[in-house]
Order: sequence, then C-alpha cells, then structure tokens
Amino acid sequence: MSTATKNPSAAEPASGRKAPAGERVADWADGRLGIYGLAKANMRKIFPDHWSFMLGEVCLYSFIIIILTGVYLTLFFQPSMGEIVYHGPYEPMQGIRMSEAYASTLKISFEVRGGLLVRQIHHWAALIFLAGMFVHMMRVFFTGAFRKPREINWLFGFLLFVLGMFTGFTGYSLPDDLLSGTGVRFTQGAILSVPIVGTYISMFLFGGEFPGHDFVARFYSIHILLLPGIMLGLLVAHLILVFYHKHTQFAGPGRTNKNVVGMPLLPVYMAKAGGFFFLVFGVIAIISAIATINPIWALGPYRVDQVSTGAQPDWYMGFAEGLVRVMPGWEINLWGHTLVLGVFIPLVAFGLVLGVIALYPFIESWITGDKREHHILDRPRNAPTRTAFGVAWITAYFVGLVGGGNDLWATHFHLSINSITWFVRIFFFAGPVIAFIVTKRICLGLQRRDKEKVLHGRETGIIKRLPHGEFVEIHEPLSQGQLHTLTAHEQYKPLELGPAVDENGVKRKISPVQKLRAKLSKGYFADGNQIPKASAEEYKEISEGHGHH
Amino acid sequence: MKKLSARRRHPLAAVVVLLLALAATGGLYAAFAPAGKAQADETAQSLAIEEGKKLYAVGCASCHGTGGQGTTDGPSLVGVGSAAVDFQVATGRMPAQQPGAQVPKKKAIYSQAEIDQLAAYIASLGAGPVTPTDKQVDPAGADVANGGELFRTNCAQCHNFTGKGGALTEGKYAPDLEGVSPKHIYEAMQTGPQSMPSFPDTTMPEQEKKDIIAYIESVNGDETESPGGLALGGLGPVSEGLFAWIFGLGALVAVAVWVAAHTAKAKKS
Repeated sequence: MSTATKNPSAAEPASGRKAPAGERVADWADGRLGIYGLAKANMRKIFPDHWSFMLGEVCLYSFIIIILTGVYLTLFFQPSMGEIVYHGPYEPMQGIRMSEAYASTLKISFEVRGGLLVRQIHHWAALIFLAGMFVHMMRVFFTGAFRKPREINWLFGFLLFVLGMFTGFTGYSLPDDLLSGTGVRFTQGAILSVPIVGTYISMFLFGGEFPGHDFVARFYSIHILLLPGIMLGLLVAHLILVFYHKHTQFAGPGRTNKNVVGMPLLPVYMAKAGGFFFLVFGVIAIISAIATINPIWALGPYRVDQVSTGAQPDWYMGFAEGLVRVMPGWEINLWGHTLVLGVFIPLVAFGLVLGVIALYPFIESWITGDKREHHILDRPRNAPTRTAFGVAWITAYFVGLVGGGNDLWATHFHLSINSITWFVRIFFFAGPVIAFIVTKRICLGLQRRDKEKVLHGRETGIIKRLPHGEFVEIHEPLSQGQLHTLTAHEQYKPLELGPAVDENGVKRKISPVQKLRAKLSKGYFADGNQIPKASAEEYKEISEGHGHH
Repeated sequence: MKKLSARRRHPLAAVVVLLLALAATGGLYAAFAPAGKAQADETAQSLAIEEGKKLYAVGCASCHGTGGQGTTDGPSLVGVGSAAVDFQVATGRMPAQQPGAQVPKKKAIYSQAEIDQLAAYIASLGAGPVTPTDKQVDPAGADVANGGELFRTNCAQCHNFTGKGGALTEGKYAPDLEGVSPKHIYEAMQTGPQSMPSFPDTTMPEQEKKDIIAYIESVNGDETESPGGLALGGLGPVSEGLFAWIFGLGALVAVAVWVAAHTAKAKKS
C-alpha cells in the first residue's frame, strides 16, 4: 500500500488500517454534499413514544404506497374517452362499446401481470390514507396539539386532508365506469348549482356539455400531477415543521414544556419507522389480496342513460353525498333563472363543516387569549368544551355519512329510507347538541374522578373490617409521578370584562366582540364547565390530617 | 310362396285373413283418430281448475275474493295469468303473512303440483301471461354482454349493478336476485310483481329476457367468481369504506400500539 499518493483523511486512520466501507462511503458523500452538518443537528432528534403519534406515519406510508402503485398503473392506463369495442378476456363485456379508459382498466385488472393486485393496493391504500388522516387530525385536535406554535402545521394537515379527498375523487372517476360516471355527474350537478358561475365552471371543466370527451384526460392530469404535486410539497412542509417544532408529548414526570423525553431518531426511530413502513405496506397488501375494491368489471362502462342504485362515492365524500341526499329539493325561479337550493345549500354546508374544524385553533386561541407556546398535550377530559366540540363535529360528520348510505341502512336494517332521511335531517342539527352536552358531562365526571384519585388515592378493591365492625375499602395513595401526571395541566380563568363603569362613573365602552369573547370564555372555563384540580393544600390537608376519609 | 299358396284352402285361412283385416283397420283408426286424446286433456285441465279452485277457496279467497275479483285487502286476479301465480306462490310471497310495506320472499308452502292447479284456476278467470316453459327460460347460449347492457339500462336503478338489490321508498325494496331461479326472474319480468314494472314480450322479447337471465347468472349466481377476492356483498363504496376503517385502519392502529409498546429501553447510567 503506497501512502504517498493518498490524502490523509478521516477514513484513513493514522494506524494505516482501512476504515469500514460504510464509514468510507459516508465520508465520500459528506466531502461532496456536506450532509454531516445537517445530520448532526437532527440525528439525535428526540421523539416521544405513544401509539397515537404513529397515526401520522400511517398516512405518510400509505401516501408513499399510493405513489408507488400509482406509477405502475400509469404505465398501462389510457386516459382517453375514445370509444372502442371490447374484445378482451372478460366475457360479460364482450362486444360492448366503452371508452379506452374503461377498457384499459379492464386490461389492468385481467391481463396485466399483478395489475389487479396493484390496483387494489392503490385503492385500499387511498381509503386508508384518508381514514388515517381523519384519525390523525382528531388525535391532534383532542390533545390540543394544534396550539401555538403549531397552528400553521394544523392548516397544512387540514389542506392535505381536503386535497386527499379531491385526489381520491378524481382517481375514482378515471376508470369511466358506471359508478364513477354517476359520481362525476353528481359533482357536475353540484357545480351547476353554484349561482352565476356554475354553468361557466362546468363548461370549462368538461370542455363543453357533460360528459364531453375531455374529462378523463383532464382528471388524469389533476389526479397524477397537479394535486399529488401540491400534496407532496405540503407533506414535506408538514414534516419540516414537525422537526422544527419538535414533537409534543403527554405530561409526565420529567417532561416539561421545554424538553422532549423519548428516543433519538437515529438509530431507534429510524429502525422503528422503517419497520413500521413495512408493517403498513404489509397490512394494506394483505387486505388488497383478500378483498375486492371497486370491481369495475361488474359495474359496466359509463353511459349517461344508465344508472344503478347503491351508487355512492368513496367514504371520504360520503358525508357530502349524505347532505345532498337528505336535503329537500328546494329551488327558486327568478327572472328566468333557477337557483337550485336543494344542491347548493348542501354544497355550502359541506364547506362550512370542513371550514369550522380548520379554523377551530384560531377560535380557541382568541377565546383563551393565550400567546404562549404549548408542547405538553392536553388529556381530552381536561379541555371539556374543546373535547365536546370535537365530538359534536364528528357526530355531524357521521350523521352525514349515514345519509350518504341511507339506502343500505334501509335494506340492511329493514327500515324505511324516508325515516332515515328524516332522522338525518333532524340529527344533523340535534345530534351535535346532544353529543356536546353528553361529552362535556363525561369529561367533567372524569375530571372529578381524577381529583378524587389525587386526593384519596387509588381504590384497591381490598375491603378491611375495622374492630368495631365497619367495612372500609383501602385506598392506596398515588406515587409522586402519578400525582404529577394528573395535576400537570393548567386551568384557565374565565375572561373578566371588568367593571361596567370606570373610576369616574362613566359607562365603559365594551365592544360586542369582547362581550362575545367573555361569554365564550365563561362557557369554557367558568365554574361548572371545568372542575378545579386538586391543589397542593387540599392534598396536604387530607393526607396529613385524618388519613383516608 | 309355394307354402302359402298350398295352404290357401286351409279351413282356417278365412279366419286368419279376417283377423289381419280387423287388426289393420283398428290400427289405422287408432292412428288417425286424435279425438280421444284431446278429450282426456280437457278433462285433466278442468280437473286442475277444479282442484285449484278448492285450494284458492282455502288459501287465497279471504283477501282476493271468492271469485278472484279482489277485495280491499287484495287486488283482483282476473287476467294476471298463470305466470303471476307461479311467481308469487312458488317464491313464497303468496299467501302473504302480514300486511306491510312489501310482501317478502319466504319458504313456499304449496307444492309445485298445487301451484300449477292454482295457476290453472286463476288463468281460467281471464287471459294473462302464461307460465314459461323450461326452454323459454333456459339461458344457455344467450348473449351475456347484451344482457348486461339491458340489465344496466332497465334493472340496475333498483336492483344494483349486479342484482344485489336496493332500497325503494317507504320501506319497500328491490330484492337481491341471487339464487332466484331463471323461471321466476322470467315471470317477474313478464308480470311485474309489487313495485316492479312489467316487461311484456312486446317491449322486451323472449331472447332479451334470456340474455338478462344469463347476465344475472354470470354476475350474481352460484358459480360467479370474484377475481379480486372477497366481494364484500357487492354493495360498492359503503361496504368498502366500512372494511377499510375496521380492518384497514383498525389493524394499523393495533400494529401501531404494538410497535409503540415495544421500544428500546434507555440504559440506566
């Protein structure tokens, strides 16, 4: 070995022994990319452990799976509405006229090697991606992880959910089968219901009258390029912000608002996350191997004069479907123009329901007026009004979903579809109110139980008989750590508007907005809307005073 | 010949000739006289009507009236034809168990022979669609693809893409077509039971009905294959969504809980 021609480097220790291959590769790359500086800062990034923190990972991985399988499908799919006659292997379609899009989807399903499996992975992963985002969003909501400094990241996540819905919808429309064609027609109807611009948007989107010859090609561009491109950008931004803000954690001994307790990214989380990716892929692949999704061969090609019962969108659009299904068919005719309220109102309601959850973080921070950063998560019970609001929102969403599947509820539970429609009409409004009240009561009950546990200890289930014959249950005091966990949350005071008159006896001007804020604050934090947590004094008095009881 | 001519003066020759002549005449008469058989058929038919009328009086008359003229509880059966009777009774819908939004399919309580007698009686009240023969309903050799096109145009809006059934108003429904015999599908199309419109031969010829039956057999029959795995009821995105939530996300949450529970423990320093 000649040392004269070699530069001394880190990979070449003074002893003359060759460094391991991995180290040499890393050194080679670092000399050219300078990645060590970047990696050093983030390699030891700490992530806390909790199963619910992995829901976002489920979304990330299913998104990657969708992209991978989607690329495979683009190799065989023909995004064209050119009409051809089918002569493939699927007998019930022999000699039927159909679009090239539908024919190529049949080809993917029956002739392309692995095509049907990949198609099913793509579609199942899409449903799971959206379901994962929904649950991830709810986890963030109920634990208050959207509070400062994470509001923007909440919005990024929300946008990903909404874009995911529309990416899914455009993908569902591509095979040009009878089910998806009905869905596209439904959407076109919704677009037409928009006053003034609706007709123009429809004509622009479909390149003329519905269905025209363009929408598959256009939806294809939107589905494989435009929306996933935006989503990928948002996803990267979402992850960068997660890194930048650091992960939130639940309260516990040793955990403060200024630290993160957990395991480092390298090697622990890299291994865990890498393994979890394959688990997610495995679960989705198993489901795709055992269960059919969207059997387009059984549905037939789309023709505007055909329709089937049981035509629903994929679940994430089911809520919008439900709103339209249960809305009475109101319309207004004025000066030769028709305003189709029966479709337009549900369209607005769809936007409002989604919008209200997106804006909630800003509403809450306005009510609390809290400008501090929060890195410790709330237990849902410790924010009863927020939790109740979240459950009310889910209730409205679920009632909408019931409306979207009203025909299947009717046939499978032997009910009248008309009764279900009326149930949805009433409970879309009443359900959230009931859910709000019930959830809040449950939260307050749990807060009382926590307080009881802190002050009197855990019920052991051991019954002791006292000398004079009385039976008592032994309560075991909680450990210091448990006491901390149960009392770490802070409780806001309701906003006070101050005296109605100033020191000179002149009536103070209080804006109606401030009054509203005070009222809402009272609803959140006044006595009866949260249970004051056990104070140190109370604890001392009970534990030092007369023991248990 | 010699033998025969030698015996032509035999004393019994005349008797033999007479016997042969009688046999030939009788045979010819039997061959060319159809009147007797027709007579027998007429008798069987009237016997069936007679028996059918008795069955009708016991099982049907309370709602449909003693002469099939209908009452406030049941429609008139004059002119519904034997096909309607065969469909309603053989699928167990009639006699109805209780009033409701729709009379459901159940176990048939009459034997096929009794059903034929009932059908004969109702058919005798007025002309209507006739019970099809086995040949008429046999889907062998029919055009499945054309049947699919016809099914999606005429049937799918109530019975779903592959005949899995669907909801109608006020608790009524279009039933699942799985396991319905070709004969009953044919009769339903002919007669339009309950909420179903009828498709007489004038609007949908026999061959098209056969195509539809062949299509239903191919997508919703016993031998139907589901190339993608479990069909999840063939109900579309609602059952798929439910499956994705419960078995997809449910499994992934279970996996996440498992992964989070098994972590590298920090070494005590």
